[in-house]
Amino acid sequence: MKRDSLFEVVRTGLAIGLALLIGFIVTVLVSKSPLEAFKYFLTGPFTSTRRLGAFIEAAVPLTFTGLAVSLVFSAGQFNIGAEGQFFIGAVAATFAGIRLDLPPFIHALVALIFGAVAGSVAGFVPGYLKSRWNASELVSSLMLNYVFLKLGMYVITYHLRDINVGALVSLPLKETSWLPQFLPPTRLHAGIVVLVLCVIFCHWFLFRTGWGYEIRMTGLNLNFARYSGIPVTSVILYSQVLSGAVAGLGGAVEMLGIYRRFQWLASPGYGFDGVIIAILARNNPLLVPVGAIFLAYLRVGADVMAMYSDVTSEMVSVIQAVIILLVTAQAFLSGYRHRLVLREVKRHESAS
Amino acid sequence: MKVLLEAVFSPTFAASILRVTTPILFATLGAVVADLAGVVNIALEGMMLVSAFTGVAVSAFTGSAWIGLICGVAVASALGLLLGYFHLKLRTNIILAGIALNLLATEGTVFLLYIVAHDKGVSSSLASKVIPDWQIPIIKDIPVLGAMVGKQNALTYLSLLAVGVVYLFLYKTPLGLRLRAVGENPDAADSVGISVHKVQFIALAISGALAGMGGAHLSMGYVSWFSRNMTSGRGFIALAAEALGRRHPVGGFIASLFFGLADALSNYMQSLRVPGEFVQMIPYLLTLFALAVYSGRQMKTRRSFK
Amino acid sequence: MVAREETPILAMIGITKVYPNGLVANSKVDFQVQRGEIHALVGENGAGKTTLMKVLFGLEKADEGDIFIRGQKVKISSPHDAIRHGVGMVHQHFMLAPSLTVAENIVLGAEPRRGLWFDRKKAEEISRSLSEEYGLHVDVRAPIKDVPVGVKQKVEILKALLRGSDILVLDEPTAVLTPQETGELFLALKALKEKGHTIIFISHKLREVKELSDRVTVMRGGRVVGTRKTAEISSEEISRMMVGRDVELRISRPTAASGKAKKVVLLAKNLQKYSRDGKEVLKKVSLQVRSGEILGIAGVEGNGQVELVEVLCGLSPADGGQVFIAGKDATGKSPGDIRNMGVSHIPQDRMIYGVAAEASIEENLVSTRYRTSPVSRGISLDLKAIRQISRHLIERFTIKATSPSQSVSTLSGGNIQKVVVAREFSTNPQVIIADQPTRGIDVGATEAIHRYLVEATEKGAAVLLVSADLAEVMGLSNRLCVMYEGEIVAFFPEASEVTEEELGLYMLGLKRQDPREIEAAMMGEAESRPASEAETGEG
Repeated sequence: MKRDSLFEVVRTGLAIGLALLIGFIVTVLVSKSPLEAFKYFLTGPFTSTRRLGAFIEAAVPLTFTGLAVSLVFSAGQFNIGAEGQFFIGAVAATFAGIRLDLPPFIHALVALIFGAVAGSVAGFVPGYLKSRWNASELVSSLMLNYVFLKLGMYVITYHLRDINVGALVSLPLKETSWLPQFLPPTRLHAGIVVLVLCVIFCHWFLFRTGWGYEIRMTGLNLNFARYSGIPVTSVILYSQVLSGAVAGLGGAVEMLGIYRRFQWLASPGYGFDGVIIAILARNNPLLVPVGAIFLAYLRVGADVMAMYSDVTSEMVSVIQAVIILLVTAQAFLSGYRHRLVLREVKRHESAS
Repeated sequence: MKVLLEAVFSPTFAASILRVTTPILFATLGAVVADLAGVVNIALEGMMLVSAFTGVAVSAFTGSAWIGLICGVAVASALGLLLGYFHLKLRTNIILAGIALNLLATEGTVFLLYIVAHDKGVSSSLASKVIPDWQIPIIKDIPVLGAMVGKQNALTYLSLLAVGVVYLFLYKTPLGLRLRAVGENPDAADSVGISVHKVQFIALAISGALAGMGGAHLSMGYVSWFSRNMTSGRGFIALAAEALGRRHPVGGFIASLFFGLADALSNYMQSLRVPGEFVQMIPYLLTLFALAVYSGRQMKTRRSFK
Repeated sequence: MVAREETPILAMIGITKVYPNGLVANSKVDFQVQRGEIHALVGENGAGKTTLMKVLFGLEKADEGDIFIRGQKVKISSPHDAIRHGVGMVHQHFMLAPSLTVAENIVLGAEPRRGLWFDRKKAEEISRSLSEEYGLHVDVRAPIKDVPVGVKQKVEILKALLRGSDILVLDEPTAVLTPQETGELFLALKALKEKGHTIIFISHKLREVKELSDRVTVMRGGRVVGTRKTAEISSEEISRMMVGRDVELRISRPTAASGKAKKVVLLAKNLQKYSRDGKEVLKKVSLQVRSGEILGIAGVEGNGQVELVEVLCGLSPADGGQVFIAGKDATGKSPGDIRNMGVSHIPQDRMIYGVAAEASIEENLVSTRYRTSPVSRGISLDLKAIRQISRHLIERFTIKATSPSQSVSTLSGGNIQKVVVAREFSTNPQVIIADQPTRGIDVGATEAIHRYLVEATEKGAAVLLVSADLAEVMGLSNRLCVMYEGEIVAFFPEASEVTEEELGLYMLGLKRQDPREIEAAMMGEAESRPASEAETGEG
């Protein structure tokens, strides 16, 4: 246990270090004053309250999708539908926020539930296809991302559109459905409370309940789970439904907390970011916020750098890609791991 | 309704289907080649983007669309090799590696776009070239057919040609045979002295090159500029078309046409106030349906063997 | 005794192979094959035959020893080298690409070309003429996925022949074949011999060895016991050479006398199962296990034991027949339901079924009861209780570990097996199905596991012990049956009265009892027993 965590920490650290180094090299290649640019990149998020807020606020949707992906990955399911679930969750919350008439607190709560339910329906489909027909959840969830994007755009365009605005945006959400922002000039909002509850819930669910235990064992060894009497087909189904609910809830929180009217024309990409975060966090819900904050930090840092130097914020994609590639490369540092194992085995043998 | 029917049955509509099908078709062929070799190429999207960008940038600097095309294809192909390196040598999960490369390509192209064109949206400040349209001498004069396929972008013709070439490659050449053997049973290939990794590297490079052709068509044929994320999911659509076309170049061609049809149709439908979104959804829903039926059938044959 | 006038075409001298886990698979093995003979290599599971052949084919590297082919010392470090030296191997699992045709599979890697193109006509011609030359008739245009197993095997042989192999190794070629296909294969092999090819034939089936081979080499425990001319040795002698026991079991069978009235807790009636390619792998198997006894199933591996265990545990559905546990119908129930009826299962392959290697010891210990008290409290898990149970089990089953939270993958094989056994015994099962419970683990752990099995039985559990290890199955069982080709071919109400020679004859298919007598002996007495009496047997 200890050895494994130590190894993972070293590996992740080294991957991040290498990625930053490569990012720096890229900066040197394109910038006239690379050192300064990189300094903005690394310290940017701390240069003003608003930026600090922006950075934490950017971590919120990332945490939701990171949690969602962690849940399905824990079950060994390659469902990468968090993108579509997040999107449709936001649309559903928009619908509830515009069309329902409810007292303040309740309205927001109902809108959040709308989002979660829409997301879980989106998660149900690939889960059902997998558990019933053994259809690849990877392909079906990819397809569904588009289906839900189109469906969502249809709902916004034909039913919720604000025709008084030139751009394609929805009507404003009713104020009763808003999640209050509490720390101007930042846009930090009450959704953070929902987020914290969600992180705690996911951790509790995954590590403290029988369902979570089923999910993890199924993900670690499907044959073992089946042999032990774990109902694996239903595990495959509900892990994806729950994951969809979390992603959908994330979309709703984002809509009610930040935007106040729907204005996305394309999928915002948080689903794939969720994959990165889940990988960094090793599918552990308590580490997901850390991964999300790290990613958000890189993003905001890159924005600050873009503002004050001649390097654009997209530089950060290089860093992200290298991190994913190295953290998931089994052969990366495998020699080191092997030596650790040997050392441990030897110690055990001499001890016993 | 009448307007719609007239539009749909017009030869120009057929021509527009071929045009929108071209990039999807190239990428689908790329998906087929990689998948048959046992390596799922989920990075097609990124490879298309990289090629679309490279083609525009290089053609602007060299003044030749063809050199742009070649460079675009080469870079996309190199990305295929990079994917191979991470998957085969460093044992990264190929799906995650593909996601990483897509991410790199999506934002990396914007990063580079800003450097060469000082714009994060489109490359309109670059004097990039386009791949010319070709006319087929005799066919162009045949009444209906001429309007449909008589005059198209060179890459559209090449994409049709590529269906045949990929088919011949996979099913009529020794390397194609080895490639399929590697995908089906790597041990079988290994036991007769075929290097599995080498074949898979080659497959990924070809897959990247094909996706690169598709990407180049987007920025140098379909339109004459590069814009950020201009593939808008065509690489993933290609994966769907590949699944729907049962991992066969000709099947993939038909499936791509189907996606192209839905795309072209949705433009027309929109003008008739039929929500285009629903039409655009059809191919994805159909893929889902086909996937479920196909997987279900496989499961049944496995179970009911007696 | 062996003809010395000619240098052997193949000589493997002093081959020693030690696996990383310390298992000595081959110990100073000398093995010689003469040109143009069919040489049978026989021995029990784990005797080292397959390892020796893997060394020959470059799939394993020997730690010591030399290989001579046609008198030349050669170095073989990959299948490619082996092929180059004219050695071809037909593996148990076919190395074929299913959607490619027969001809394409045969020429793969050495394809005939015409310009750029693969010359399919030529490939078919080559394949056809090769198949005619050797009498291995195949439809060269048929895709592999559409042809029966027997044809696949012929394709494998043709593949080897095309590559110029004149030493052909076949690893248990008849295991997957029907009798007719076996007959065809033998004709083909004899024809190959006529043409001057040398054939090495790994088998368990002495009837086949006698029918086919010129000489036979017997291996046991990683060593060669001897090489004889087949014509000069009887099957009984071969059998004795194979099973001769060198380890005495220190644990004795449960004391419960099997004749006494005990409740039947596991009852199987006429179980049938077909494999994916339509072969009948369980042919109406019936058996019953009573409380307080161990019923052993002896047999060479691959004779239906795996399928039997899978059906009994609910891991795969039966194609016919019924299973009852403590009188309740368990046919077609899920593994979870069957466990809830009081069945435990020690699986044959611990890394595939027995554990989730990346999970902690404690997580592995509670996988069968995470829904019940005290592990579960309401909807949440009681981590303290889990820790307590784990500590208790680790101590009771002497699992060598630093902490219950240690990952199972860091344990040794024997300790991993103890984790499995501890879990399976911890729920006080009525029925324990133990499938090769001590395979590949050290002597200490083996003894401990034997002791637990006996203890559980004495407390009233019914144990079905499936084992290819004769010493184990004979030493522990109260009653004993033998499986051969998907059937129970022998039943012994008193396991202590059976000799291993006798058992060997049944295991190798040389003898069989009358099916009706088996049925009567095993099933009859219990079924006629009054229910009230059966009740009293409990506890």
